[in-house]
Amino acid sequence: MRDHITEIVVFSLLFLLVSGMGFVAAKWRAPKDMAHLDEWGLGGRSFGGWITWFLIGGDLYTAYTFVAVPALVFGAGAAGFFAVPYTVIVYPLVFLILIRLWSVSHRHGFVTPADFVRTRFDSPTLALLVAITGIVATMPYIALQLVGIEAVLKTMGVTGDSALARHAPIIVAFAILAAYTYQSGLRAPALIAFVKDTLIYIVILVAVLYLPYKLGGWGTIFDDASAKFQASPNPGDGLTLNANNQLQYVTLALGSALALFLYPHSITGVLASKNRNVIKRNMSALPAYSFLLGLIALLGYMAISAGVKPLPGSKAGSVDSNTVVPLLFDQQFPSWFTGVAFAAIGIGALVPAAIMSIAAANLFTRNIYKEYLNKDATHAQEANVSKITSLVVKVGAVACIIFLDPQFSIDLQLIGGVIILQTAPAVALGLYTRWLHRGGLIAGWAAGMGLGLWMLYQIGNPNTGRKHFGGSAFPLSEFGFDTKRTIYVGFVAVLLNLLVAVIVTLILRAAKTPEGVDGTTRDDYFADEGDPRLERGRTTPSEIASST
Amino acid sequence: MTDETRAPRTDRSPWNWLLIIPIAVPLATPLFNFDSPRLWGFPAFYWLQFSFILLGVASTSLVYRMTRRPAPAPLGTTPSREDGDA
Repeated sequence: MRDHITEIVVFSLLFLLVSGMGFVAAKWRAPKDMAHLDEWGLGGRSFGGWITWFLIGGDLYTAYTFVAVPALVFGAGAAGFFAVPYTVIVYPLVFLILIRLWSVSHRHGFVTPADFVRTRFDSPTLALLVAITGIVATMPYIALQLVGIEAVLKTMGVTGDSALARHAPIIVAFAILAAYTYQSGLRAPALIAFVKDTLIYIVILVAVLYLPYKLGGWGTIFDDASAKFQASPNPGDGLTLNANNQLQYVTLALGSALALFLYPHSITGVLASKNRNVIKRNMSALPAYSFLLGLIALLGYMAISAGVKPLPGSKAGSVDSNTVVPLLFDQQFPSWFTGVAFAAIGIGALVPAAIMSIAAANLFTRNIYKEYLNKDATHAQEANVSKITSLVVKVGAVACIIFLDPQFSIDLQLIGGVIILQTAPAVALGLYTRWLHRGGLIAGWAAGMGLGLWMLYQIGNPNTGRKHFGGSAFPLSEFGFDTKRTIYVGFVAVLLNLLVAVIVTLILRAAKTPEGVDGTTRDDYFADEGDPRLERGRTTPSEIASST
Repeated sequence: MTDETRAPRTDRSPWNWLLIIPIAVPLATPLFNFDSPRLWGFPAFYWLQFSFILLGVASTSLVYRMTRRPAPAPLGTTPSREDGDA
């Protein structure tokens, strides 16, 4: 192994640069009064087209994605490429659905999806369920960002013998992250996203031009990968899909797209933009990141072609396939550029981790603290509780990685995607119709959660020898079908969720159970910048910010 | 209230149906699950899915352009504040 000093120096310098930016961000587009959740938690709801593009791009395409997607392609081939269709179909969905959430939130001052559900269905219980689902789904996602950083640190040889020594760099990194998120709120990741995304674009453009040149061209790369898959005993891998995993590919892409925009951190990014047109235009511009993600996925094939062997995992005999991309860079690039590439991944972890912790903190503040603990909380109190919660969330994420097997976080994130989908009927359909009864939605949620968790528990993975939570591809033969096809768990669970919601709605309606009062009007779903807001005593952040 | 009280606003438009295309096409695996023809060494499975990104961009851009103002005659009361920053 060669010396990693240059890499570590470049990595550290870039890391320090963005840390400085994180603290300065509090003064960027500064409001008159930061002690308001709209300011700390949503950047004043004032971000224009460019900032939104960098922020949402930096938010959705996380460090873990950049490390895990090529690792999946490295291991399984075509099945890992679902990330591309998934990030194509998510944007038309946002264009149609989340735009309404922006409008109704703008009008009513909602900060979280659970705020909307509470007012729409007049049900604090349903809102609490949506909030808890969001927090539980987000926590492991934050922890996984650390897995992304760790893959890089491991490759640079920054490891130690004791658990504490091994994790010291991550603890320091997250302490800095926690400090500037506390101070600057959503403005910090918004500002850092510019650096992160620029670095990622540079690194990937260089990688996809330079590496094929070194490895003998794209044709050779794909042929090498094909040869590897033909030699492997695994029937599910290959350069294209086979008869058994196509349904899985399709349902996973669709389910993940639906889950992606229901995640609290995506909604935070969308709500922070200043008007409907900013969001709509971004839905045409954000696919640039999908292109990037597709190229990143192909790094997995380049790693095969370059003969990369992943580093050993935490357990004896296992391999950490997340290290394939860092190793590929380490082997093929000059050390200074490897340092830049590693910094791109490391900083890439900070932006989503910050936004996710803010989103989780907002959910706690608005839908648990204000709803149950302090009904008369002032705006300043709300902002303060959210800031402190964001610290707690990050400590929790670091603790997950240090004290538990990282595999646990990966399992939880797998579960997270399935459970966040169970909020779709209340949040996404709720933006269109109030036909479903609040009781029906609660019953549907419970059924979907139960089935989803049961199905995930049943899935083993013969490659790793795990009996439970081995993946999200559920064999249809378990339902009694005579087939080898598999399907995405979340998709089945949300179908049951909907079915139960409809049936229970019909029953409750027949029994004349009260449906509560809809706090929104039809026009709220089309409100735009400049329209009057309903919440009393609120500052008007857009007026302050639009002058900057 | 604003000057738009007479006609209710809406985001309904026949153009929205166009957004079905970038949702449905990437999910139709029989359309692209092939190795050949290759393009610059890329199997069809990969370059076709990359091209779906462009399809998505084209569809959302077109729908955005066509729905930026409310439809002319029946709902035509909304003076477009939005044009300024487009």
